[in-house]
Amino acid sequence: MSDTTLPSLKPSPRRATSPLRSRALRARVSHALAVLFGVSLLTFLVAHATGDPVTLLLPANAPEATRIALAHHLGLDQPLPVQYGLFLLHALQGDFGRSFLYGQPVAPLVLQTLPATLELAAAAFCIALLVGLPLGVLSASRGGVASAALQLLSMLGLAMPAFWLGLMLVLVFAVQLHLLPVDSSGGVSHLVLPALTLSLLSLARISRLVRSGMQEILDRDFIRTARARGLPEWRVVWVHGLRNVLVPVVTMAGMELGDLLSSAVVVEVVFAWPGIGRLSVEALGARDFPLLQGTVFIAGLGFVLINLLADILCARIDPRIASGATSSGSIAP
Amino acid sequence: MSRLSSSPRISSGLGVAGAALLAVAVLVALAAPLIAPWPPMQIDLRARFTPPAWEAHGVLRHLLGTDNLGRDIASRIVWGARISLGVGVAASLLGAAIGGTLGLCAGYFGRGVDAAISWLIDVQLAFPFTLFALFLLAVFGGGPGPVVVVLALATWVNYARVVRAQVMALRGQDFILAARAVGVPSGRILLRYLLPAVAPAMVVVGSFSAAQAILTQAALSFLGVGVDPSSPSWGAMLDLGRSYILSAWWMATFPGVTIALVVLGANLLGDWLREWLDPLAVSRR
Repeated sequence: MSDTTLPSLKPSPRRATSPLRSRALRARVSHALAVLFGVSLLTFLVAHATGDPVTLLLPANAPEATRIALAHHLGLDQPLPVQYGLFLLHALQGDFGRSFLYGQPVAPLVLQTLPATLELAAAAFCIALLVGLPLGVLSASRGGVASAALQLLSMLGLAMPAFWLGLMLVLVFAVQLHLLPVDSSGGVSHLVLPALTLSLLSLARISRLVRSGMQEILDRDFIRTARARGLPEWRVVWVHGLRNVLVPVVTMAGMELGDLLSSAVVVEVVFAWPGIGRLSVEALGARDFPLLQGTVFIAGLGFVLINLLADILCARIDPRIASGATSSGSIAP
Repeated sequence: MSRLSSSPRISSGLGVAGAALLAVAVLVALAAPLIAPWPPMQIDLRARFTPPAWEAHGVLRHLLGTDNLGRDIASRIVWGARISLGVGVAASLLGAAIGGTLGLCAGYFGRGVDAAISWLIDVQLAFPFTLFALFLLAVFGGGPGPVVVVLALATWVNYARVVRAQVMALRGQDFILAARAVGVPSGRILLRYLLPAVAPAMVVVGSFSAAQAILTQAALSFLGVGVDPSSPSWGAMLDLGRSYILSAWWMATFPGVTIALVVLGANLLGDWLREWLDPLAVSRR
């Protein structure tokens, strides 16, 4: 890019190793750790409120000595902070207790189902980005059809419950038109309906963000300069413009991925998709608290890591991002 | 920042449409006993799976058809408005109280208070909310009260972030500095100076949050941890309809359309309110 007029937006490899960068990185990592601490504390406290696991694990007529022994064995006779410490220690070793329902350790159960959920979320995420980004850019730079399509999509995407949309898609494509399979066993065609269902909300949000960002950027001086220098319009919009809206998009993409994991729970139930959503609904039905706790904690962990990656990625895209930047007060939903 | 429409005239038209949609929904909820042709729980096994009136075998008595127990879908939607709107609004208000308070404190006091509250916000956002809500409701039990509290946990973050950012911008302005200089106590500054200044933004957030709460509540009912599976809430009707999607499409379709219309109304109203009440946010974009 010889004709770049972007103001100080060239990421130079030199700065990647500067002390500022590593300090910013450290700040982000410690922030992520602080959030993880909160996630673990909250999960622990909620799980603690489920009551005494001993009464759940032992038969009602178990002798008192057995109860005390088991409580001691599980560390339940310790004060609460010590119990939390033990929970954290076990969690660090990947031990989240045993599922009542399956009689197996929780962590492998969750990790077995996680790939299915990630596959679904990733597919939805790709659809949202690949459609949402161009749609947002087009509707900002051209208006017309793209703009109208975006308005329609965002109104619908923001208003329809995802699981209901899924049901309607099943009704139309699988039942009425026999175009796509309903069940979830293998193959790309089985992924289409669930991924489409899941993606619509993110698609709407990403394209709206891109559009409003582009509208603002396209008024800036450096865009006018680029146009004045006779650059082709596509280059002005797609290179100079888009690059400058990428940072909020990447930040939001991290949040979106977390949201997708959350919405995936419902979509999985609709399509009988064998992911953590279905697992946790099963756990809910069986009142399998260790399994629920493990699922929630592992999902929270994943979300924090994804956002840490998004933060690091943002710093790579835009070196101006200072260390210790906190969440902005956007009024958008 | 986002808007559904770009021109002010279209957007105010859409805003009025959204307000009208919501007004109809509220009226329907209030007048449910007068409007609903049937009691929502009345079972009529001979009339099971009656399709909507315009389909073959449909009857005018059951305009939108009946469910697997012969209960009238239209009547259940009308009565369900009370639960869905009531829970949505209550959750949004509770979220406003929590999030507004924390946002005011974080923005005004800054430093440690801000760090602690921002940490809470980030921790809350780190949980995939549906999973977290499942977990909480599994532990603390279902019912309207817990559902409202759990939904408020979903919405308080929206208020807190917006209020915090606005208060941070306002904190250094002359009227606040003057108030502090003459010794107005902090509590009074927060309530009498800052709260009115951030109230418009909170109304905007409230509109979106109510929409979000209604959607999430439907999702929770759908997963079986809603208000009460037997009560006529829109989410529970959808959950029931899912089992019969192949034979009785109307059971899931109409409650879903209703939810989508109400949420659309709240979103449109929110977009419009944002332009009217919070022109700063619009021009800042």
